[in-house]
Amino acid sequence: MGKDQSSYSFRNLASGLLFGMGLVAFIDEAVFHQILGWHHFYDKSTTAVGLFSDGLFHAFSWFATVASLFLLADLKRRNSFWLKRWISGMFLGGGLFQLFDGLVQHKLLELHQIRYNVDILPYDIIWNVTAVIILIIGVLLYMQTQKSKRTAKEGR
Amino acid sequence: MHSHVQAAGTSFEVIVTLLLISMIFLYLLAAISTNRKYKKWPVYRFVFWIVGVFSVGIAMVGPLAEFAHINFKGHMITHLLLGMLAPLLLLLATPMALLLRTLKVSTARKLTRVLKSRLLHFFTNPLTATALNIGGLYILYTTDLYMLMHQSLVLYRLIHLHVFLAGYLFTLSIIYVDVTPRRYSYMYRAVVLILALAGHKILSKYIYANPPKGVPRTDAEAGSMLMYYGGDIIELALIILFCYQWYKSTAPRFTNPLYRT
Repeated sequence: MGKDQSSYSFRNLASGLLFGMGLVAFIDEAVFHQILGWHHFYDKSTTAVGLFSDGLFHAFSWFATVASLFLLADLKRRNSFWLKRWISGMFLGGGLFQLFDGLVQHKLLELHQIRYNVDILPYDIIWNVTAVIILIIGVLLYMQTQKSKRTAKEGR
Repeated sequence: MHSHVQAAGTSFEVIVTLLLISMIFLYLLAAISTNRKYKKWPVYRFVFWIVGVFSVGIAMVGPLAEFAHINFKGHMITHLLLGMLAPLLLLLATPMALLLRTLKVSTARKLTRVLKSRLLHFFTNPLTATALNIGGLYILYTTDLYMLMHQSLVLYRLIHLHVFLAGYLFTLSIIYVDVTPRRYSYMYRAVVLILALAGHKILSKYIYANPPKGVPRTDAEAGSMLMYYGGDIIELALIILFCYQWYKSTAPRFTNPLYRT
């Protein structure tokens, strides 16, 4: 691991985080809204808070995707790109966002459900368990990069 | 309800057309005449300006503009053209920079002083611009204003002027391509940009379920989705430009001693 990588470790993580969030939101829109048609543009039961949360969620993920790629370009031009760190961020961001969507937006705010006219429980379980698995992978990768950061520091 | 609006609008349409044509003409004249004295004005800016003026034109005059009077989908298309696309294109043509290099030096100095004034600094604050832009839309679509607008020609024109001007102000408050003497930080603008985009999305979904008075439900649903996804595309362009400027402004002087020239 190079010196530049460790001094830009936060930026690597942040870029990955933002990208992971954008990716999950993109998959949500592309797969569940457009391809499968399980989600709808507007759910009649949507509350004002749900509407607000949804708008902010999409505006932020739109911005995050673009910003993360420019941050990646920035790391590249500084010769500081650290792939493993970046991927750990991607898993962390993706898992967090997926979990937020599954627990807060679907359940707490009742913005919309994953699918309609079916027994929703298995869908919810798969959705949130997937989120937790993604999150755990992120945490494990993150801890590994933290370790190599420490060893690099001691080695210097 | 709408027939008298169109009949009375013809002389107005002639005036708008002439105004827009002279906008193109003046821009060309200014750019070409100053080319001898200054750096050559880039061709892509002519393209942005002309396409931008056309976006205003088809929203204000002709079949689309007439369709917008009677149909909410048509209205939404003109709204996207007038409030989002045209402002972005016209701003990218940097008309203020062109004006400054066309004017006499003393006049240009006076204009720069105005641009630096505290009042303009207030209006170009992205939060002020967002309030005027997105706030204006909330008032238009969630009150009776949308219905009233179709009963008064004066109101109709004023509101469309506002949509355009507020859209332009908002775009220039986020993206600094034209002359911008007093600036706000990237982080601040990023936060306001996200909030403004969220506001636009929330409003478009709100319209889906709560049509403005006088708009049939199916039209409102189609118009709402047009506003949402059409807005997405122009917003994406806005975000990319913004992030690109941020990226450029943080370029390291020397990334590596070996690269030093």
